[in-house]
Amino acid sequence: MTARNFREYLAENRLPTIWCPGCGNGIVLKAIAGAFADLGLDRRKTAAVSGIGCWGWADDYLAVNAFHGTHGRALAFATGIKLANPELTVVVLMGDGDGATIGGNHLIHAARRNVDLTAVVVNNYNYGMTGGQYSGTTPRGSITSTSPLGHVEDPFDLCALTAAAGAPFVARGSVCGGENLRALIRRGLEHRGFSFVEAASVCPTHFGRRNGLRTAVEAFSWLRDHSLSRKRAAGLSEEELHGKQVLGVFADRQSEDYGTRYRKAAEALRGEGESS
Amino acid sequence: MTGLQSVFTSGNEAIAEGAIAAGASFFAGYPITPSSEIAETAARRLPETGGMYVQMEDELSGMAAIVGASVSGARAFTATSGPGFSLMQENLGMAVMGEIPCVVVNVQRSGPSTGMATKPAQGDVMQARWGTHGDHGIITLAPSSVQDCYDFTIRAFSLAGRFRTPVILLADAAVAKLKENVRFRSPAPEERAPRPLPDCPPEAYRPFAVDPEEKAITPLPPFGSDYIFRITGSMHDEAGGQGASPANADRVIRHLAGKIEKNRDVIVRVRRFFLDDADLAVISFGCSARSARAAVREARRQGIPAGLLELTTLWPFPDDDVRDVLSRVRGAVVPELNLGQAAGEVRRLNDFGIPVRGICRVDGTLIPPGDILSALREARS
Repeated sequence: MTARNFREYLAENRLPTIWCPGCGNGIVLKAIAGAFADLGLDRRKTAAVSGIGCWGWADDYLAVNAFHGTHGRALAFATGIKLANPELTVVVLMGDGDGATIGGNHLIHAARRNVDLTAVVVNNYNYGMTGGQYSGTTPRGSITSTSPLGHVEDPFDLCALTAAAGAPFVARGSVCGGENLRALIRRGLEHRGFSFVEAASVCPTHFGRRNGLRTAVEAFSWLRDHSLSRKRAAGLSEEELHGKQVLGVFADRQSEDYGTRYRKAAEALRGEGESS
Repeated sequence: MTGLQSVFTSGNEAIAEGAIAAGASFFAGYPITPSSEIAETAARRLPETGGMYVQMEDELSGMAAIVGASVSGARAFTATSGPGFSLMQENLGMAVMGEIPCVVVNVQRSGPSTGMATKPAQGDVMQARWGTHGDHGIITLAPSSVQDCYDFTIRAFSLAGRFRTPVILLADAAVAKLKENVRFRSPAPEERAPRPLPDCPPEAYRPFAVDPEEKAITPLPPFGSDYIFRITGSMHDEAGGQGASPANADRVIRHLAGKIEKNRDVIVRVRRFFLDDADLAVISFGCSARSARAAVREARRQGIPAGLLELTTLWPFPDDDVRDVLSRVRGAVVPELNLGQAAGEVRRLNDFGIPVRGICRVDGTLIPPGDILSALREARS
């Protein structure tokens, strides 16, 4: 595989995107196209599977096979797509509402089941496309269109969740560091088995505006100032980490993926394992 | 399995064997009574034949996974019962809108909700037709014997591929749990043939192109071929891009209905028993059609000229056959294990003003032939 230009993986005729000015999605889209290019992926053997919501439109801008499914079910569609054709590289594009709220059950089971997929969850801490309601990752105390009093629930830490569920590769990057995000997604794609990459992002239109971040620049600045590496976070107390995004790799281990395990067992059943 | 083989087995096992005979290589689902033997047989038999079984976390994901596997080129199926079928409706709609072939087996049980998990029912006739939201066509087959379970499953895959649509095999607990001798025939080559590739160059391929006559369905190549394309459950143009203009939305919805409606001659099948000279008709399907057959035989023995129209295709509803029968008899009886879901369709077609009487049972037991016989006697007097 040879490195290529990221533009080869973008459906440039469909640009510009439908996303709001200042949205983080474009940075993640470029990071994905860049990771595809770094690995020189064959576009015919690559599939993007998406759900619903702002980030769910991302597959429309990628010049690979695309499956735009129903809200929250992208990982389940991707499971069938990958298992029925193991030659495909499958990237699953979900937002925090899609991937971690309505699709939360699929997420933990996908992490446990370990099908060879790369899930990229763009976390902007609210439902953007629906008008800024709270999701399963909305921080406590935040104002959204459905938590006008300040959100009373605690959010999921998606990396802790997927790592605990058994995902062999788990990482978090941020739209404030596009190149780092590209490298994490590349590592996820290279990792055999289920890999989970969270992209901490911004939604200036809804989440930022309602929470004192009046412009996209303020939203990006807030995210940058409230992000820190795992190393720097190591010495801090829970209280000091409240409201901060810890970036880095949270799991990186080898674990035979579902398809490989299943096919080996099936070959042994058919008596093909030893002789071939 | 090759050649002819007579096996004493259940409807559920015959469904799984029929799927494998049809070339199915992928099952995803979630266990539920009374369909679980289909999953269990698939889990045991698919790896023997190079296929794969995946038990998903719920019916929503089971349905989604078979849709995904189909997009990758597999003949994929799932099996469930009423409550699970309800959960599948979301992604069944995705398969309708994305025009993705797959087979969904619903072994009906008593409902609503958990109902009586082991008791037979035929209450999902309308759920099969309209369970997912929005206008669309759907194909539903109803077996009444274990042999039907085998044969109709093969046919379901064939129709699914031909019309790029989910096909529902609407069985019931009575037929699925029944054991009978079955001939495991080898499907004809065309019944097992892989989905055709498009004959256009890759850059010219449009996954949602529509033949105005609805006679030719655009091929769906698998992900991973030379054809790069986008499949979507959103309103789409012919290329799979966004297509929410009023004119396009109208075109797409009419196509989803039209491709089924305009091909009724290929899809709709019925069975006729003693109808040629009948002046009373029983119209039924599934396990109730078995009772109806016995009732009609007994009626004939007693000199009552009754006949049976068995609906083996439930959707699209066999309008022409039902209308033809209604036009030639003095009365009709529709036995079914629900409060009149098929009877309502029969009444819709009753332009002839004849009495149409439903025999409706929802107590978890089957309709005895005697009940149908009594209804025929009353209809005659």
